[in-house]
Amino acid sequence: MTGNIIQLDNNGNLKHFLSTEGLSQSLLQSILDHAESFAGVGERAVKKIPLLRGKTIANLFFEPSTRTRTTFELAAKRLSADILNLNISTSATSKGETLSDTLHTLEAMHCDMFVVRHANSGAAHYIATQVAPHISVINAGDGRHAHPTQAMLDMFTIRRHKKSFENLRVAIVGDILHSRVARSEIHALNTLGVLETRIIAPHTLVPKGVEDLGVQVYNDMDTGLEGIDVIMMLRLQKERMRGALLPSEQEYFQRYGLTSERLAIAKPDAIVMHPGPINRGVEISSEVADGEQSVILQQVSHGIAIRMAVMAMTMGRSNDDMENTE
Amino acid sequence: MRIHIEGGRLLDPANNLDAKQDLFIADGKIVSIKKKPDGFDSDLQINAKDKIVLPGLVDLCARLREPGLEYKGTIQTESLAANSSGITSICCPPDTDPVIDTPAIIELIHQRSRDAERTNIYPLGALTKDLNSEHLAEMHILKQAGCVGVSNAYNAIDNAEVLRRAFEYAHSCNLTVFLYAEDHALKNNGVVHEGALSTRLGLPPIPETAETVAICRAILLAEQTQVHLHFCRLSTARGVQLIKAAQAQGLPITADVAICNLLLTEMDIADYNSDCHLQPPLRSERDRSGLIAGINDGTITAVCSDHQPHDVDAKAAPFSLTESGASTIEHLLPLMMHLVNREELKLEKAISLLTSQPANILSIDKGSLEEGKDADVCIFDNEESTSIDKDNLLSIGKNTPFNGWETQGAVSHTLLNGRVVFDRSEFK
Repeated sequence: MTGNIIQLDNNGNLKHFLSTEGLSQSLLQSILDHAESFAGVGERAVKKIPLLRGKTIANLFFEPSTRTRTTFELAAKRLSADILNLNISTSATSKGETLSDTLHTLEAMHCDMFVVRHANSGAAHYIATQVAPHISVINAGDGRHAHPTQAMLDMFTIRRHKKSFENLRVAIVGDILHSRVARSEIHALNTLGVLETRIIAPHTLVPKGVEDLGVQVYNDMDTGLEGIDVIMMLRLQKERMRGALLPSEQEYFQRYGLTSERLAIAKPDAIVMHPGPINRGVEISSEVADGEQSVILQQVSHGIAIRMAVMAMTMGRSNDDMENTE
Repeated sequence: MRIHIEGGRLLDPANNLDAKQDLFIADGKIVSIKKKPDGFDSDLQINAKDKIVLPGLVDLCARLREPGLEYKGTIQTESLAANSSGITSICCPPDTDPVIDTPAIIELIHQRSRDAERTNIYPLGALTKDLNSEHLAEMHILKQAGCVGVSNAYNAIDNAEVLRRAFEYAHSCNLTVFLYAEDHALKNNGVVHEGALSTRLGLPPIPETAETVAICRAILLAEQTQVHLHFCRLSTARGVQLIKAAQAQGLPITADVAICNLLLTEMDIADYNSDCHLQPPLRSERDRSGLIAGINDGTITAVCSDHQPHDVDAKAAPFSLTESGASTIEHLLPLMMHLVNREELKLEKAISLLTSQPANILSIDKGSLEEGKDADVCIFDNEESTSIDKDNLLSIGKNTPFNGWETQGAVSHTLLNGRVVFDRSEFK
């Protein structure tokens, strides 16, 4: 749906990054390749390259977030862009300003890119249809719809550990219903050509028709983990217990918590991922979260490289441009 | 004013009339069909050669936005838009601001309607006071003031005891209850049909059961109370089946469907097109064809525009934050003809769904061409083709989901009480 038409420019280059759905395998691989070229920047003494010098990036966060906003900010700074952080939930819109008015105000400040986080699905897409042609929009999470940079940093982490996607079986465990991360991961994994994508959750947390996205649904975790190479745990929001979706955290952990015993069902070299923040003892035991197979902290540092890659690509720049000028 | 409509194909399903005949109008009434009355000297002759002459259309549900939301539409503007689709009678739901729960609001609407002189407006009164779903509205007083039925509009009545009593009381006032069947809890703030599309777009879903559970409950209470129950704007194939079964038991139950749900499905939402944010939601192709089947087997007997004009800002936001509803009134007839041209409906059936059958549901003496009746007439030119352009709508609301559609045929003239209220040649 939020496919090629709006995300790519006339030459097939990335213009906006709104969803992993509809983008080609070569484009997704290209994002990972670019991220690989940026991964070393953070380890240098001077953690900065002047690729986006003179560009202004606005972080438009209509929904609170610390870690995603921080990694986008860091990515922008490492590319030498100027960055504006706008916490819009507490400023403009509560004064009755429409979203379009907010955008046009920021356009008038000559921003080149909007990084958007919004509680409603389709918000980044809507913004991309409203902005002036020179502005790129990056989706930093919209409702339950998509969180494409999170999905790509997970793909980056998988590729680093498993080299290729072809023979992998991947399980996504937890609250699929409310998860934009899961939706973006499913599209990315299938495009990158994994052998199988499973989702493991009780029926109350599985959205209707999810099989159409190309996944196998498992209600039982022990069966679902058999032969798995990559386990992607999802965060379980505590407010889910308030409605009729789940009885209690204890029961959830008993059925779907990732423990050492359960991890042993998967392949011996399986990696464990989590987008954070972790609820220890709810979806994952501390032993596993801090264990040898956990790559959770690597995911965080990969997030910066992926965001640098996407920012550079949507602005029509790559690290090769940098090397040529040096 | 004497008018002679000449050479047209008269089509009036109520009287099984389909023949090339002339129509003679004097003093606001149809004075003769076929035969020119002695001494009839027309002031105006309308050439209807190669055109279809129909009874003025009866729209069972249109929001004209007055009183209260005049920036989205007024009785004057939306009646003109209605005329351009041949509509001369409009039933409007009670969720105006203020709500139609006092005679004063009904009088205001009638007054504005008389001022506009474009359509007959038939308001529905509130079923509960202020549509609060708790206390009964003064249904008898509203009926005396001119309301043709009662409804709680979009406000679900969660309390089954209140719904039972409302049915009983409406029945004792001999008023039909117009019920929009939607279970509030199952809807759960959803905005699109629950299925692969809602999952993919991550939009809050409305399950099929939000409609079917509400229908089952209402049917059981209608059976108990014997109220005349009209289900407004069905959206599911399963809902049609439930109503068909209730009708087969002999219960006095009728149903309508909105034009959008006959032509569009959830897939038309595509990239979060907020003009396709509707209530009831666009559902699957299986549901759409189930609704068509429900028309063809006689379960559903009316098609309405469900016209809901909006200001631009109401649709300019991320999908869930936009207001629901489409501006449809001025394309109701061409869109129905689209279904006829696609051979999903027969012509005569399509016309009866827009004329005599909704008039029967409202118990009003409209929707047919008979000598002595009010001369509400629509002349449709099947040759004229139009492409729908949202920037060129007569309605204040530009929120049509049919932007860019090519439709075959357009209304050339509309007459209300023997007076031309719309002549397309003036709009070119």
